[in-house]
Amino acid sequence: MATDTYLNAGRRAVIEEMQRDRAVWALGEDLGRGGVFGQYRDLQGMFGADRIADTPISEACIMGAAVGAAMTGTRPIVEMRFSDFALCAIDELVNQAAKARFMFGGQMRVPMVVREPIGMWRSSAAQHSQSLESWYTHIPGLVVVAPATPADNLGLLKSAIRNDDPVVYLEHKNLWGLEGELPDGEHLVPLGKADIARHGDAVTIVTWSGMRHACLRAAEALATAGIEAEVIDLRTLWPWDRETVFNSVRRTGRLLVVQEAVSVSGFGAEIAASVAEALHHELKAPIRRLGAPRIPVAYAPALEDRARVGDAAIIDAVRGLVAPCPAN
Amino acid sequence: MDNAHNLDRKRFGAVFALMHRIRAFEEAAIAAQKEGLVLGAIHPSIGQEAVAAGVCCNLQSADLLLSTHRGHGHTLAKGADPLAMMRELFGRAGGTCGGKGGSMHIADFGVGMLGANGVVGANIPIATGAAHGLKLQGSKQIVACIFGDGAINRGPFLEGLNWARVFDLPVLFVCEDNGFSATTRTRDMTAGAGAAARAQSLGIPAVEVDGNDVLAVDAATRTAIDDIRAGKGPVLLHCRTYRITGHTAVDPALYRPADEVEAQRGNCPIARLGAALAMAGMEPDALAATAQQAVEEMTAIAAKARDTDWPDPMAAFSDVQDMGDPRERAF
Ligand SMILES: Cc1ncc(C[n+]2csc(CCOP(=O)(O)OP(=O)(O)O)c2C)c(N)n1
Repeated sequence: MATDTYLNAGRRAVIEEMQRDRAVWALGEDLGRGGVFGQYRDLQGMFGADRIADTPISEACIMGAAVGAAMTGTRPIVEMRFSDFALCAIDELVNQAAKARFMFGGQMRVPMVVREPIGMWRSSAAQHSQSLESWYTHIPGLVVVAPATPADNLGLLKSAIRNDDPVVYLEHKNLWGLEGELPDGEHLVPLGKADIARHGDAVTIVTWSGMRHACLRAAEALATAGIEAEVIDLRTLWPWDRETVFNSVRRTGRLLVVQEAVSVSGFGAEIAASVAEALHHELKAPIRRLGAPRIPVAYAPALEDRARVGDAAIIDAVRGLVAPCPAN
Repeated sequence: MDNAHNLDRKRFGAVFALMHRIRAFEEAAIAAQKEGLVLGAIHPSIGQEAVAAGVCCNLQSADLLLSTHRGHGHTLAKGADPLAMMRELFGRAGGTCGGKGGSMHIADFGVGMLGANGVVGANIPIATGAAHGLKLQGSKQIVACIFGDGAINRGPFLEGLNWARVFDLPVLFVCEDNGFSATTRTRDMTAGAGAAARAQSLGIPAVEVDGNDVLAVDAATRTAIDDIRAGKGPVLLHCRTYRITGHTAVDPALYRPADEVEAQRGNCPIARLGAALAMAGMEPDALAATAQQAVEEMTAIAAKARDTDWPDPMAAFSDVQDMGDPRERAF
C-alpha cells in the first residue's frame, strides 16, 4: 500500500495498461506536456509521441479519429480536457462511437475510453464546471464511469481501458489532489459494481463522484446524533448496481440521492424512479433527491456556491427523511 | 478519351460491368421501394457511378473505405455482396448489418468497407482515425474516404484534413461533387473556390477531375494512391459529377430545370465508357450483354431478398454493448 493522489492513480492506470497492451494509446491536446492537469506527466518520454499523441484543438476529430482507430484494431484513450469541451464532439461520441457496433450488426466493436473531467472546483464558471453524466447514461452503447477515490480511479480506469465498448470516464477535477491508499500490484475494480462507502441502517444515501465525500462528511455528523446513514458510491452509472442499492433500501426503507449535477433530469431521477417502481411498498418515507438548482455555474464564489450541494443540505435532508411522519 | 484505342479492354471492361451493376442495383432498389420493399429512404447515385468505380478499382481488398448516405455504389465497388446489401435495404435477415442499419448504414468490414454514414461529414474524422490506426500499427493499407460537396461546409472536414496532413496519414479524400446539398445548390452556400482550394490551403495536394469520365477518375486515383502508398500523406480528389435522381429516390427535384437534367443524361458516365470501349474495338453486342447481365443479376437479387425472412426480433437487443441489460426498465 502506498498513498498517492487521485491524479497519479489515473496516471498509473494508463502506464500499467499501456505497458500491458501495445494497442493502447492516448490522444489529446497538450499530452506531450503532461496534459492540462498533469495526468500524462512524462508519459510521452516513456511511450513516445506515437502512443501519447499531441493533437490539434479539434475535439470532433479527436473523438472521430478514435472511433476509426478503434475500428482498425487499436484501443485509444481520448483526452477531452474538460467534459464541457466534449460537447464539440458529441456527434462523434453519440452517433458514431456508441452506435457503430449495433448499427453495423455487430461486425466490430469500438473499444475506447473517453476521459472528460467533470465538476466544480474553483471559480471556473459556466463552461468549465459542468457535470453532464446524465446525458451519457441516456445513450445506449455507452458505459459511464465516475470514480471518487484514488484507488477507484486506478482500478476503474484500468477496467475501462480493457472494456470492449466505448466508456465515458468522468474524473472529478476537484479530486485531482485527493490522497488515498493505492494497492500494490494489479488492482482492477469491476465496472458496474457500487461501493458501500459507509454502512448504516437509518437511511440509504446514493451518490457518485465528488459528492461521495460530502455525503461521508454528512454521515459522520449525523452519526454523532445517532443517525447511521449508509452511503453507496455507485462508481459506475451505466450499468448501475441496482442490486446493491435495492438491498440497502430494503433494509433502511429510506432513500436520498445526492448529485452535483443539475437535479432536473439528472441521473438521480433514474435512481429515484427505479426505487419507487420496485420498492414503493417498502419505503418508510418519500424518496428525496438533492442536486444543483437549474442555473449555470457562476464565477464569483458567493454565486458559485448557490449551485453547490453542501454538507448542511445533506444533513437536513436526512433529518427530514428519518423524522417520524406527522400523524394524519 | 484520346487514348481510347490504347484502352486496357480487360480492365475497363470490368469497370464497365461494375458501373452497370451499380446502376442496376439502384434501379432495382428504386423499383422495390415503389413496391414498399425498401423500408427507409434511399439516396441513389445514378449518374455518379464513375466515381465509385474509378476510385475503388484502385483499392486493394485490404484497403479501407468510408462512405456516405449515398453509398450503394461505393459499397458494391469495394466488393460487398449485392444480395446482402439488398437484404439490408429490405430490412431482412442476412443483410450486411442484419437489418439493423439499412441503406444509410451499410457496412461490410469483411471487404474493408467501414460504413456509410447518416451524418454528413462524419466519416471524415473516422477515416482519418482509421488511417491513424493503420499507421500506428505499421500497416501498408490505405484508407479512401468519399464524401459529398455539402460535407466540405462542416467543421469535421477542416478538422479531418488538417489532422491527416499533420500526421501525414495514408488517406485519399474524395469529394464526390454532384452539385447539390439535398435540395440546395452547394455553390450558393460555399465560399471560395471549393474543396480542392480548401485542401491546398492545408498543404494537401488536390486534383480536380471530370467525375463522369471514369478513365480520368481512374488515372487521377492511381497517381494519388501511388503517392499515398509512397508515404507522402493525404491527397484530395475533387470529382465533378451530377445527381440524376432527386436527393432521395422519392424527391421529384423540382428545384432544378428539366433541361438541365436532360443535358446531364447525355453525359452518362456509363455511356461514355461504353463509347470508349467501342472505339477500342469492343463489340456492341458484348457491351449490350454486359448491361443485360447486370440487370438480370440485380433483378434476381431483389427477388431473392424479397423471399428472405425478417430478422429475429430479439436481435434488437443484441450488440448494444457487453455490459448492462438493454431491456432495463423498458417494459
Ligand atoms: C450533419 C447533417 N446535417 C444534415 C443532414 C441531412 N442531409 C442528409 S444528406 C444531405 C445533403 C448532403 O449533401 P452532400 O454532402 O453534397 O451529399 P449528396 O447528398 O449530394 O451526396 C443533408 C443536408 C445530415 N444527414 N447530417
